[in-house]
Amino acid sequence: MEALVASAVGIMTAAGIFLILRRRTFPVILGLSLITYAVNVFLFATGRLALDAPAVLNKYEEVAYTDPLPQALVLTAIVISFGMTAVIVMIALSAYLSSKDDHIDMSAHDSVDATGEDA
Amino acid sequence: MNHWIVAPIVLPAILAPFIIMVLRYHLDLQRIFSVAGVISLLGIALTITAQAAGGDIQVYELGNWPAPFGIVLVLDRLSAMMVLLTALLALPIVLYAIASGWDDRGKHFHALFHFQLMGVCGAFLTGDAFNLFVFFEVLLIASYGLMTHGGGSVRLKAGVQYVAYNLLGSTLFLFALGTLYAVTGTLNMADMALRVAELPAEDTALLRVGAVLLLLVFCIKAAVLPLHFWLPASYANAPLPVAALFAIMTKVGAYSILRMYTLTFGPEVEATQGLVGTWLQPAALVTLAIGAIGILGTKHIARMVAFCAIASMGTLLVAVSLFTETATSAALYYIYHSTLATALMFLVTDLVMERRGGAIAPKAPMPQSGLISALFFVGAIALAGMPPLSGFIGKLLVLDASRDAPDANAIWAVVLIGSFVTIVGLARAGSLIFWKSHDALLAAEDISGEDEEGAVLPAPEPQPGLAFTAVFGAVLGLVMLTLFAGPALEYTSLTAEQLFTPEDYISAVLGGEE
Repeated sequence: MEALVASAVGIMTAAGIFLILRRRTFPVILGLSLITYAVNVFLFATGRLALDAPAVLNKYEEVAYTDPLPQALVLTAIVISFGMTAVIVMIALSAYLSSKDDHIDMSAHDSVDATGEDA
Repeated sequence: MNHWIVAPIVLPAILAPFIIMVLRYHLDLQRIFSVAGVISLLGIALTITAQAAGGDIQVYELGNWPAPFGIVLVLDRLSAMMVLLTALLALPIVLYAIASGWDDRGKHFHALFHFQLMGVCGAFLTGDAFNLFVFFEVLLIASYGLMTHGGGSVRLKAGVQYVAYNLLGSTLFLFALGTLYAVTGTLNMADMALRVAELPAEDTALLRVGAVLLLLVFCIKAAVLPLHFWLPASYANAPLPVAALFAIMTKVGAYSILRMYTLTFGPEVEATQGLVGTWLQPAALVTLAIGAIGILGTKHIARMVAFCAIASMGTLLVAVSLFTETATSAALYYIYHSTLATALMFLVTDLVMERRGGAIAPKAPMPQSGLISALFFVGAIALAGMPPLSGFIGKLLVLDASRDAPDANAIWAVVLIGSFVTIVGLARAGSLIFWKSHDALLAAEDISGEDEEGAVLPAPEPQPGLAFTAVFGAVLGLVMLTLFAGPALEYTSLTAEQLFTPEDYISAVLGGEE
């Protein structure tokens, strides 16, 4: 299972980084989402991998339990990354609608340094 | 428990939703409440700074959970002075945003402004590494809104880049925290410091990976080369009062470096010994050099000031990366100076850009050119680090503190040459914008008397008085910092002393039983 989780994190991160390096906004956002999935799985694994174990202590008998803290962290991370993805989609959408192209980089026309003027 | 500690977070956290939900359609009321909120924040900051000045480290346990289990806020000298700096910076900026009408060019400026203050104050006060991440996110979410405030295609494009870069930074932060949690089993900074010190030397490989990942995250925030690429485009395309507020955001990165790498991964921790300073110092020097070159090379005044911000972060991190008491004390003084000076310069730049656009080239002169050029001059003196303002004292302190460092020659050379290039760049910009424009007016009059477009001054702004008051407020801050350099330095050296005895912090947080 360790190999499976580790390679899942690795492949998702690699694919995410590949997509982030694209020139258009949509693949970049997809890449960011993939990387946040990867980090969520990674955070989950930081409490050690445990099968069939509840995330609470049982006060009546000694049973195996899994560390609940990383699960709380993952929950926070999911909420934040989901919200952030929504924000970047909205900003990217309005940037696309107002400039009519979805390139992530500033074109020579946009750059303030190219013309010395505010566009 | 002392409830003042949580007040800098609670006040903006209540005020911002109040502004959104109740005062949504009343800009005048929003302005009144926003300014009142910032003034109260200043009052709270002064109170907690007075409380922290005695040297006691106070702990606020949220929900009354004891330290390694619950989240704690910690008030020591460093966090108090950073909260005070935030409040001092916010006041002129909010006044300027109101006077210049920037808050009217989009929605929810004041609410986002207070959310940003909440995130910044929280990041300074928290004693928990994951909570630090959460407050980073709070200040980033607010900054995304502020950065794209007012809209426009170029600003939105710059906003996409900024958000994408910072999302990546946040992900890296999570990877770093996950790694550190896996090794130490805790996220409380003080508890983590104990666990790190106890870790056997052969098990520290993952820990070092975590420490360096964390350093990378803070370097993204602090815009250290080669992670500075987000800064010029974002700052230059953001509304400039917002860029002035963002001057504190890079300092959040510097603060986090100081906090984590004196407390948790301190200079005497064997596993990470020398790891941080070795990498940070050359990076800081190159940052300073690139900042200075950028100042000289750019054709746009807002970009120039953004590069000034990069250069001053370079100087600051040179001092931080020495990790000695005197250098840290110098760095803390320089944080105050550099934040105020950068903010002042962004506000002056906004005055210029509202009147004549941002190109560093001769154009028709603008109304109130004399006053604005004087303010530009003051800001340039401060940023370049020339006497008589606090930049000179700050740079002198940094140089003095690095005298015994192994790379003292390199540091002195880069700082001094960098300052010289900065002076040249700022002088070039100032003379092109203010003097050559004047010549251009005279030339236009000589050639054709009826050239009314170039010769007639446009009507002045309707409400400039408050805007200038706000800018003079920032100047006043710099002057006070210069005049009271003695007491300020006394405070910063006590702060540095407190930082380099992390045992007090740890025993205050964990109750001393461990």
